[in-house]
Amino acid sequence: METKKRYTASVIVTLRKNIDDAQGKTIESALHTLGFLQIRNVRAGKVFRFQVEADSEEQAYRIVEKACEKLLANPVIEDYEIVLKDSSQEKAQMSI
Amino acid sequence: MKFGVVIFPGSNCDRDTLYALSTVLGVDVVPLWHKERDIPSDVECVVLPGGFSYGDYLRAGAIARFSPIMQEVEQFARKGKYVLGICNGFQILTEAQLLPGALVRNLSLRFICRDVYIRVENCRTPFTTEYRDGQVLRIPIAHSEGRYYIDPDGLKALEDNEQILFRYATADGVITDEANPNGSVANIAGIVNERKNVCGMMPHPERAVEYILGSEDGKGVFASLINAIHLFQKEGTAQWVPSDLPS
Repeated sequence: METKKRYTASVIVTLRKNIDDAQGKTIESALHTLGFLQIRNVRAGKVFRFQVEADSEEQAYRIVEKACEKLLANPVIEDYEIVLKDSSQEKAQMSI
Repeated sequence: MKFGVVIFPGSNCDRDTLYALSTVLGVDVVPLWHKERDIPSDVECVVLPGGFSYGDYLRAGAIARFSPIMQEVEQFARKGKYVLGICNGFQILTEAQLLPGALVRNLSLRFICRDVYIRVENCRTPFTTEYRDGQVLRIPIAHSEGRYYIDPDGLKALEDNEQILFRYATADGVITDEANPNGSVANIAGIVNERKNVCGMMPHPERAVEYILGSEDGKGVFASLINAIHLFQKEGTAQWVPSDLPS
Protein backbone atom coordinates (compact mmCIF):
# COMPACT_ATOMS: atom_id res chain seq x y z
CA MET A 1 0.00 0.00 0.00
CA GLU A 2 1.46 3.29 -1.12
CA THR A 3 1.98 5.85 1.59
CA LYS A 4 0.28 9.08 0.64
CA LYS A 5 2.42 12.17 0.91
CA ARG A 6 1.15 15.26 2.56
CA TYR A 7 1.60 18.72 1.10
CA THR A 8 0.84 22.13 2.52
CA ALA A 9 -0.74 24.31 -0.14
CA SER A 10 -0.96 28.09 -0.21
CA VAL A 11 -3.28 29.52 -2.84
CA ILE A 12 -3.16 33.25 -3.49
CA VAL A 13 -6.16 34.72 -5.29
CA THR A 14 -6.08 38.24 -6.73
CA LEU A 15 -8.21 40.23 -9.13
CA ARG A 16 -7.06 39.93 -12.71
CA LYS A 17 -4.70 42.66 -13.85
CA ASN A 18 -7.20 44.41 -16.13
CA ILE A 19 -9.75 44.92 -13.36
CA ASP A 20 -9.70 48.03 -11.17
CA ASP A 21 -8.64 46.96 -7.72
CA ALA A 22 -10.27 49.65 -5.60
CA GLN A 23 -9.16 48.00 -2.39
CA GLY A 24 -5.55 47.78 -3.52
CA LYS A 25 -5.56 51.44 -4.57
CA THR A 26 -7.03 52.52 -1.25
CA ILE A 27 -4.43 50.53 0.66
CA GLU A 28 -1.69 52.06 -1.48
CA SER A 29 -2.97 55.55 -0.67
CA ALA A 30 -2.96 54.74 3.01
CA LEU A 31 0.63 53.43 2.78
CA HIS A 32 1.69 56.61 0.98
CA THR A 33 0.06 58.71 3.67
CA LEU A 34 2.22 56.83 6.18
CA GLY A 35 5.33 57.68 4.18
CA PHE A 36 5.83 54.43 2.24
CA LEU A 37 6.25 56.21 -1.07
CA GLN A 38 8.53 53.45 -2.31
CA ILE A 39 5.59 51.01 -2.39
CA ARG A 40 3.67 50.89 -5.67
CA ASN A 41 1.07 48.81 -7.51
CA VAL A 42 -0.63 47.34 -4.49
CA ARG A 43 -3.11 44.56 -5.26
CA ALA A 44 -5.23 43.07 -2.49
CA GLY A 45 -6.13 39.40 -2.49
CA LYS A 46 -6.89 36.38 -0.39
CA VAL A 47 -4.85 33.38 0.67
CA PHE A 48 -6.16 29.88 1.35
CA ARG A 49 -3.95 27.44 3.21
CA PHE A 50 -4.66 23.75 3.52
CA GLN A 51 -3.14 20.29 3.43
CA VAL A 52 -3.40 17.99 0.43
CA GLU A 53 -2.83 14.24 0.42
CA ALA A 54 -1.38 12.92 -2.82
CA ASP A 55 1.06 10.41 -4.29
CA SER A 56 3.29 13.12 -5.76
CA GLU A 57 3.72 16.85 -5.98
CA GLU A 58 2.36 16.80 -9.55
CA GLN A 59 -0.80 15.07 -8.39
CA ALA A 60 -1.16 17.47 -5.46
CA TYR A 61 -0.75 20.42 -7.84
CA ARG A 62 -3.44 19.07 -10.17
CA ILE A 63 -5.85 18.60 -7.27
CA VAL A 64 -5.30 22.14 -6.02
CA GLU A 65 -5.58 23.54 -9.55
CA LYS A 66 -8.97 21.85 -9.98
CA ALA A 67 -10.11 23.23 -6.63
CA CYS A 68 -9.09 26.72 -7.78
CA GLU A 69 -10.89 26.42 -11.11
CA LYS A 70 -14.02 24.99 -9.52
CA LEU A 71 -14.39 27.08 -6.37
CA LEU A 72 -11.52 29.03 -4.87
CA ALA A 73 -11.18 31.53 -7.72
CA ASN A 74 -13.69 32.95 -10.20
CA PRO A 75 -11.74 32.76 -13.49
CA VAL A 76 -13.81 35.61 -14.97
CA ILE A 77 -12.29 38.08 -12.54
CA GLU A 78 -9.52 36.35 -10.56
CA ASP A 79 -6.06 34.85 -11.00
CA TYR A 80 -4.55 32.31 -8.65
CA GLU A 81 -1.04 31.18 -7.68
CA ILE A 82 -0.31 27.83 -6.10
CA VAL A 83 2.61 27.14 -3.79
CA LEU A 84 3.15 23.60 -2.52
CA LYS A 85 5.42 22.37 0.22
CA ASP A 86 6.05 18.75 1.09
CA SER A 87 5.06 18.51 4.72
CA SER A 88 4.96 14.73 5.10
CA GLN A 89 7.73 14.85 7.69
CA GLU A 90 6.07 17.53 9.75
CA LYS A 91 3.54 16.97 12.49
CA ALA A 92 -0.07 16.78 11.23
CA GLN A 93 -1.14 20.36 11.92
CA MET A 94 -1.52 23.65 10.08
CA SER A 95 1.81 25.46 9.82
CA ILE A 96 2.64 29.11 9.11
CA MET B 1 -49.21 29.13 -12.80
CA LYS B 2 -46.82 29.35 -9.89
CA PHE B 3 -43.67 31.20 -9.03
CA GLY B 4 -40.98 29.66 -6.86
CA VAL B 5 -38.69 31.64 -4.57
CA VAL B 6 -35.50 29.86 -3.56
CA ILE B 7 -34.30 30.31 0.02
CA PHE B 8 -30.61 29.79 0.79
CA PRO B 9 -29.13 30.00 4.27
CA GLY B 10 -28.58 33.74 4.55
CA SER B 11 -31.18 34.84 1.99
CA ASN B 12 -33.15 37.71 3.51
CA CYS B 13 -35.28 39.12 0.70
CA ASP B 14 -37.31 35.98 0.20
CA ARG B 15 -40.25 37.19 2.28
CA ASP B 16 -40.45 40.53 0.49
CA THR B 17 -40.36 38.66 -2.81
CA LEU B 18 -43.05 36.19 -1.67
CA TYR B 19 -45.15 39.14 -0.47
CA ALA B 20 -44.73 41.11 -3.70
CA LEU B 21 -45.76 38.13 -5.80
CA SER B 22 -48.61 36.78 -3.68
CA THR B 23 -50.16 39.83 -2.02
CA VAL B 24 -49.40 42.60 -4.48
CA LEU B 25 -49.44 40.74 -7.78
CA GLY B 26 -51.84 38.00 -6.75
CA VAL B 27 -49.99 34.96 -8.07
CA ASP B 28 -49.44 31.58 -6.48
CA VAL B 29 -45.98 31.35 -5.08
CA VAL B 30 -44.06 28.65 -3.23
CA PRO B 31 -40.86 28.90 -1.21
CA LEU B 32 -38.16 26.47 -2.35
CA TRP B 33 -35.58 25.44 0.25
CA HIS B 34 -32.10 25.27 -1.27
CA LYS B 35 -31.67 21.61 -0.40
CA GLU B 36 -34.72 20.48 -2.40
CA ARG B 37 -33.94 18.54 -5.54
CA ASP B 38 -37.29 19.11 -7.21
CA ILE B 39 -39.04 22.14 -8.62
CA PRO B 40 -42.82 21.52 -8.75
CA SER B 41 -43.95 21.02 -12.34
CA ASP B 42 -46.46 23.90 -12.20
CA VAL B 43 -43.74 26.44 -11.36
CA GLU B 44 -43.09 28.60 -14.42
CA CYS B 45 -40.64 31.05 -12.92
CA VAL B 46 -37.99 30.69 -10.23
CA VAL B 47 -36.74 33.72 -8.36
CA LEU B 48 -33.36 33.79 -6.60
CA PRO B 49 -33.88 36.54 -4.00
CA GLY B 50 -31.50 39.02 -2.43
CA GLY B 51 -29.57 38.53 0.77
CA PHE B 52 -26.27 37.14 1.97
CA SER B 53 -26.38 33.47 1.08
CA TYR B 54 -23.65 31.65 3.01
CA GLY B 55 -22.64 35.00 4.47
CA ASP B 56 -21.14 35.98 1.10
CA TYR B 57 -18.22 33.79 2.18
CA LEU B 58 -15.47 33.23 -0.41
CA ARG B 59 -17.37 35.40 -2.95
CA ALA B 60 -21.00 36.45 -2.98
CA GLY B 61 -22.99 33.57 -4.45
CA ALA B 62 -19.94 31.32 -4.88
CA ILE B 63 -21.18 28.65 -2.48
CA ALA B 64 -24.93 28.98 -3.09
CA ARG B 65 -24.36 28.07 -6.72
CA PHE B 66 -23.48 24.55 -5.57
CA SER B 67 -26.65 24.11 -3.47
CA PRO B 68 -28.65 21.03 -4.53
CA ILE B 69 -31.51 23.08 -5.94
CA MET B 70 -29.21 24.90 -8.35
CA GLN B 71 -28.87 21.77 -10.49
CA GLU B 72 -32.64 21.85 -10.86
CA VAL B 73 -32.57 25.58 -11.59
CA GLU B 74 -30.00 24.99 -14.34
CA GLN B 75 -32.22 22.31 -15.94
CA PHE B 76 -35.22 24.60 -15.51
CA ALA B 77 -33.41 27.41 -17.33
CA ARG B 78 -32.25 25.04 -20.06
CA LYS B 79 -35.88 24.10 -20.70
CA GLY B 80 -36.61 27.75 -21.44
CA LYS B 81 -38.50 28.51 -18.24
CA TYR B 82 -37.91 31.81 -16.48
CA VAL B 83 -35.33 32.55 -13.83
CA LEU B 84 -35.02 35.94 -12.15
CA GLY B 85 -32.01 36.66 -9.93
CA ILE B 86 -32.24 39.76 -7.74
CA CYS B 87 -29.08 41.17 -6.15
CA ASN B 88 -27.53 38.10 -4.43
CA GLY B 89 -29.59 36.10 -6.94
CA PHE B 90 -27.79 37.89 -9.79
CA GLN B 91 -24.47 37.11 -8.12
CA ILE B 92 -25.43 33.42 -7.85
CA LEU B 93 -26.45 33.30 -11.52
CA THR B 94 -23.10 34.70 -12.68
CA GLU B 95 -21.19 32.30 -10.43
CA ALA B 96 -23.30 29.46 -11.84
CA GLN B 97 -22.48 30.82 -15.32
CA LEU B 98 -26.15 31.02 -16.23
CA LEU B 99 -25.37 34.66 -16.94
CA PRO B 100 -22.08 36.10 -18.31
CA GLY B 101 -19.74 38.41 -16.43
CA ALA B 102 -19.29 38.84 -12.70
CA LEU B 103 -20.24 41.13 -9.82
CA VAL B 104 -17.32 42.61 -7.89
CA ARG B 105 -16.83 45.02 -5.00
CA ASN B 106 -18.33 48.50 -5.45
CA LEU B 107 -15.75 50.99 -6.64
CA SER B 108 -16.35 53.13 -3.57
CA LEU B 109 -15.77 50.06 -1.37
CA ARG B 110 -18.92 51.06 0.50
CA PHE B 111 -22.18 49.23 0.97
CA ILE B 112 -24.73 51.41 -0.82
CA CYS B 113 -28.33 51.40 0.28
CA ARG B 114 -30.51 53.94 -1.52
CA ASP B 115 -32.92 54.55 -4.37
CA VAL B 116 -31.39 54.79 -7.83
CA TYR B 117 -32.76 55.51 -11.26
CA ILE B 118 -32.42 52.87 -13.92
CA ARG B 119 -33.32 53.21 -17.57
CA VAL B 120 -35.05 50.38 -19.44
CA GLU B 121 -32.87 49.45 -22.40
CA ASN B 122 -34.91 46.62 -23.87
CA CYS B 123 -38.64 46.19 -23.28
CA ARG B 124 -38.84 43.14 -25.55
CA THR B 125 -38.05 40.50 -22.94
CA PRO B 126 -40.32 38.53 -20.59
CA PHE B 127 -39.03 40.69 -17.73
CA THR B 128 -39.71 44.11 -19.24
CA THR B 129 -42.75 44.09 -21.55
CA GLU B 130 -44.69 46.26 -19.11
CA TYR B 131 -42.17 49.05 -19.60
CA ARG B 132 -41.19 51.21 -22.58
CA ASP B 133 -37.69 51.57 -23.99
CA GLY B 134 -36.09 54.56 -22.30
CA GLN B 135 -38.49 54.53 -19.33
CA VAL B 136 -36.82 55.56 -16.08
CA LEU B 137 -37.58 53.56 -12.94
CA ARG B 138 -36.84 54.47 -9.35
CA ILE B 139 -35.80 51.35 -7.46
CA PRO B 140 -33.64 50.78 -4.37
CA ILE B 141 -30.27 49.10 -4.34
CA ALA B 142 -28.56 47.64 -1.29
CA HIS B 143 -25.23 46.05 -2.03
CA SER B 144 -21.50 46.00 -1.51
CA GLU B 145 -20.56 43.79 -4.47
CA GLY B 146 -22.77 45.20 -7.22
CA ARG B 147 -20.23 46.35 -9.74
CA TYR B 148 -20.93 44.45 -12.95
CA TYR B 149 -17.83 43.43 -14.88
CA ILE B 150 -17.51 41.79 -18.27
CA ASP B 151 -14.61 41.86 -20.74
CA PRO B 152 -14.84 44.08 -23.86
CA ASP B 153 -15.79 41.18 -26.18
CA GLY B 154 -18.47 40.08 -23.74
CA LEU B 155 -19.82 43.61 -23.52
CA LYS B 156 -20.03 43.86 -27.29
CA ALA B 157 -21.95 40.58 -27.40
CA LEU B 158 -24.38 41.84 -24.75
CA GLU B 159 -24.96 45.00 -26.76
CA ASP B 160 -25.26 43.23 -30.12
CA ASN B 161 -27.77 40.72 -28.72
CA GLU B 162 -29.74 43.37 -26.81
CA GLN B 163 -29.10 41.58 -23.53
CA ILE B 164 -28.72 44.72 -21.43
CA LEU B 165 -32.03 45.32 -19.66
CA PHE B 166 -31.33 48.19 -17.28
CA ARG B 167 -28.64 50.86 -16.94
CA TYR B 168 -28.05 53.25 -14.06
CA ALA B 169 -29.17 56.70 -15.21
CA THR B 170 -30.15 60.16 -14.01
CA ALA B 171 -33.80 60.90 -13.25
CA ASP B 172 -34.02 62.21 -16.81
CA GLY B 173 -32.71 58.99 -18.27
CA VAL B 174 -29.19 60.12 -19.13
CA ILE B 175 -26.38 57.60 -18.65
CA THR B 176 -23.64 59.34 -16.65
CA ASP B 177 -20.78 58.39 -14.35
CA GLU B 178 -22.43 60.25 -11.48
CA ALA B 179 -25.56 58.13 -11.89
CA ASN B 180 -23.48 54.95 -11.62
CA PRO B 181 -23.47 54.00 -7.93
CA ASN B 182 -20.93 51.19 -8.07
CA GLY B 183 -18.72 51.48 -11.16
CA SER B 184 -20.52 48.84 -13.24
CA VAL B 185 -19.18 48.65 -16.78
CA ALA B 186 -21.43 50.61 -19.16
CA ASN B 187 -23.66 51.45 -16.16
CA ILE B 188 -25.19 47.99 -16.39
CA ALA B 189 -27.75 47.26 -13.66
CA GLY B 190 -29.44 44.20 -15.16
CA ILE B 191 -29.04 41.76 -18.05
CA VAL B 192 -30.59 38.70 -19.64
CA ASN B 193 -28.93 35.68 -21.19
CA GLU B 194 -28.88 35.15 -24.98
CA ARG B 195 -32.14 33.20 -24.88
CA LYS B 196 -33.70 35.95 -22.77
CA ASN B 197 -35.24 33.58 -20.23
CA VAL B 198 -32.75 34.20 -17.42
CA CYS B 199 -32.45 37.67 -15.91
CA GLY B 200 -30.15 39.14 -13.29
CA MET B 201 -30.53 42.60 -11.79
CA MET B 202 -28.87 44.32 -8.85
CA PRO B 203 -31.73 46.69 -7.88
CA HIS B 204 -34.62 45.28 -5.83
CA PRO B 205 -37.91 45.43 -7.75
CA GLU B 206 -39.68 43.64 -4.87
CA ARG B 207 -38.94 46.71 -2.72
CA ALA B 208 -40.75 48.98 -5.18
CA VAL B 209 -44.17 47.41 -5.61
CA GLU B 210 -46.35 49.58 -3.41
CA TYR B 211 -46.82 53.34 -3.27
CA ILE B 212 -46.23 53.29 0.49
CA LEU B 213 -42.68 52.03 -0.14
CA GLY B 214 -41.92 55.13 -2.20
CA SER B 215 -42.15 53.60 -5.65
CA GLU B 216 -44.23 51.09 -7.57
CA ASP B 217 -41.76 51.03 -10.47
CA GLY B 218 -40.60 47.51 -9.68
CA LYS B 219 -44.02 45.96 -10.23
CA GLY B 220 -43.47 45.87 -13.98
CA VAL B 221 -40.77 43.19 -13.74
CA PHE B 222 -43.17 40.75 -12.10
CA ALA B 223 -46.18 41.85 -14.18
CA SER B 224 -44.15 41.32 -17.38
CA LEU B 225 -43.29 37.78 -16.27
CA ILE B 226 -46.91 37.01 -15.46
CA ASN B 227 -47.97 38.24 -18.91
CA ALA B 228 -45.27 36.27 -20.65
CA ILE B 229 -46.32 33.09 -18.86
CA HIS B 230 -49.99 33.69 -19.70
CA LEU B 231 -49.08 34.36 -23.30
CA PHE B 232 -47.27 31.15 -23.88
CA GLN B 233 -49.66 29.11 -21.80
CA LYS B 234 -52.42 30.39 -24.07
CA GLU B 235 -50.45 29.87 -27.25
CA GLY B 236 -49.20 26.53 -26.05
CA THR B 237 -45.66 27.22 -27.14
CA ALA B 238 -42.87 25.75 -25.10
CA GLN B 239 -40.89 28.96 -25.05
CA TRP B 240 -41.70 32.62 -25.27
CA VAL B 241 -40.30 34.12 -28.45
CA PRO B 242 -39.66 37.90 -28.44
CA SER B 243 -40.91 38.47 -31.99
CA ASP B 244 -44.37 37.17 -31.07
CA LEU B 245 -45.04 40.21 -28.95
CA PRO B 246 -47.06 43.12 -30.29
CA SER B 247 -44.67 46.08 -30.47
